[in-house]
Amino acid sequence: MEITSPQFKQNSRRAMQDPNLQKAMGYVRTGFIERRRIAVEGLPEFDRLRDSARDIKNHTLAHLDLYLEAYETKVRGAGGEVHYAETAADARDLILGICQRTGARTVTKGKSMVSEEIELNDHLEANGIQPIETDLGEYIIQLRGEPPSHLIAPAVHLTKEQVEADFRRVHTHLPADRDLSEPTTLLAEARAILRERFLASDVGITGANFLIAETGTSVIVTNEGNGDLSQLLPKVHIVLATIEKITPTLEDVSQILRVLARSGTGQDLSVYTTFSTGPRRPGDPDGPEEYHVVILDNGRSSMLGSDFQDMLRCIRCGACMNHCPVYQEVGGHSYGSVYAGPMGAVLTPSLAGIDKAGHLPNASTFCGRCESVCPMHIPLPKMMRHWREREFERHLSPKTVRWGLGVWAFVARHPRLYRLATKLAIGTLYKFGKLKGRFRRVPFAGGWTRHRDLPAPQGKTFHELLAERKRAA
Amino acid sequence: MSARDAILSRIRTSLGATAGDAGRRAIVISRLDNAPRGVIPARGQLPTEERIALFSAMAEKVSASVSRVATDDALPEAVATFLRDTNLPAAIRMGNDPRLRGLPWYRVPQLAIAFGPSDGSDMVTLSHAVAGVAETGTLVLTSGPDNPSTLNFLPDTHIVAVRAAEIAGDYESAWGVIRARYGKGEMPRTVNLITGPSRSADIEQTLLLGAHGPRRVHIVIVG
Ligand code: SF4
Repeated sequence: MEITSPQFKQNSRRAMQDPNLQKAMGYVRTGFIERRRIAVEGLPEFDRLRDSARDIKNHTLAHLDLYLEAYETKVRGAGGEVHYAETAADARDLILGICQRTGARTVTKGKSMVSEEIELNDHLEANGIQPIETDLGEYIIQLRGEPPSHLIAPAVHLTKEQVEADFRRVHTHLPADRDLSEPTTLLAEARAILRERFLASDVGITGANFLIAETGTSVIVTNEGNGDLSQLLPKVHIVLATIEKITPTLEDVSQILRVLARSGTGQDLSVYTTFSTGPRRPGDPDGPEEYHVVILDNGRSSMLGSDFQDMLRCIRCGACMNHCPVYQEVGGHSYGSVYAGPMGAVLTPSLAGIDKAGHLPNASTFCGRCESVCPMHIPLPKMMRHWREREFERHLSPKTVRWGLGVWAFVARHPRLYRLATKLAIGTLYKFGKLKGRFRRVPFAGGWTRHRDLPAPQGKTFHELLAERKRAA
Repeated sequence: MSARDAILSRIRTSLGATAGDAGRRAIVISRLDNAPRGVIPARGQLPTEERIALFSAMAEKVSASVSRVATDDALPEAVATFLRDTNLPAAIRMGNDPRLRGLPWYRVPQLAIAFGPSDGSDMVTLSHAVAGVAETGTLVLTSGPDNPSTLNFLPDTHIVAVRAAEIAGDYESAWGVIRARYGKGEMPRTVNLITGPSRSADIEQTLLLGAHGPRRVHIVIVG
């Protein structure tokens, strides 16, 4: 997608005035957070599992070249093919090549953020191949020509009335007077339409949550079963995954699985966790005849050894965005990039370049909630800070610098956003020595700088302190 | 340079590593060979009957239904009873799995049985799991000549038999079962961990069962 991150402020203003979006985002504020809390509290070992998951990823990243080689050997041994792509364009062409060689006309797709990152659908369509998204949320946004607004709930920004309108607009072969007033009827309609698509599809494309070096296995985690039908029914299965999805063993995957769904949807485990190793075996009555894995780098190898290496531990659970007060207010599309929320604010500049997205790290209240819920212990606020510091170090044009502050000021000026950031790390903000003087020009920050002698360790926001003082008075 | 070599060499440069470093290689080989276990939740580490009870409770929590029979031979009647009780047609499809095929299906003559993979027109299918996992109420199914994967995803209702003795406490124990059968480092083409019926919450976060896979999962514990 075209990155519109530079318009974050305009995008956000529009989002905050959009009643549909605000209604839809209300479900994020309540649903995800409460469900995660219950799931996490239900597993006493959760924190130890987080440490374990972090250590596994750190170990893997430190030996990534060797695990990739081991993985590749196992895939080939199971009769699969491994292709490497350095860039998004390379991956698109590799996949198109496989589709063309097999004479594919339609492609069913499981949910894959990497395929959004490389804009695969546009490329297939431009070459006469029809890609069909089959995850319900992805299907809806494909009908609307929109990118996903959330890692695991791509249509979370929409109301059911909007979905109904889209189904009526596109599914014109169905009776106009049918009842589509409830999510159940919408789901039933999508299920019936997509079932035909699955059965007629030539190639299935899925992402992967993990690639297992021990066994040469790709793993997908879904609730709907669409990823399974995508990879099971067509003659050809293509897995599109990035290098950091490599995980050493089945045991290691099991550790991470225990924190993945709990952090994201608040389930103990997603409904379908599917391990695929190579194509159909002799005597198998079903399954794909060809199995391809396209392993994409697209900038990640350069993140290794850098300030942003920790970001490569991300398992795309979505917890950081669910708990982010800025994301909750402005929705995923305001970020103007495939990856939204705190993880997007760190990853987008790493992948697309700081000049295109470098101000996204300012779309934050630095409340620290994202890091506290991240199952992989990714220090998201610290990395956003790294990006901010880099903006200054690189002496980007004064306009850009002002611009970054403009985004911060935008966040700071919206009391609702600011209050939602309950545990604002005032101490952290003081570290921005270079910025400090400028805060005085921000209307809201007037109140802030007057209270700069507040003891930072309390870690309370201005609003909280104000409330306390009122109570005391 | 091929894309593969370019990526691998960039990774090594970023990590400050060299291709021939025997020490790094030994670390990787050791982890792959030994597959160390990490943190195993205490939740599933229970005596047999309590483990089975936890498995059932966790499966029901995610909207699967569970029944239990004492012996393999009782499975056909359990299947027929479930279909009658839920007003489903007396017709199922299953693979050629010897654990199922050899059962006394003649005892339920009203039940029509088809064999082989599904083309999407079956209301009800029957599979046999290789294991259950108590910690999350999860079924472990493997593909193979006698076990089509389509049976797991295309029907409206999926009935799965699992032996009581094969209900493990944790995923790691299930991997032990797979390794014993296929060899260390080897996998069947597909291993499906299935935890309840298909669902989606993509529209306004409303949880609905039966997105693309089965709307209903019924587990019969045998033994
Ligand atoms: S950064 Fe952490 S919380 Fe956010 S999606 Fe990645 S793993 Fe989940």
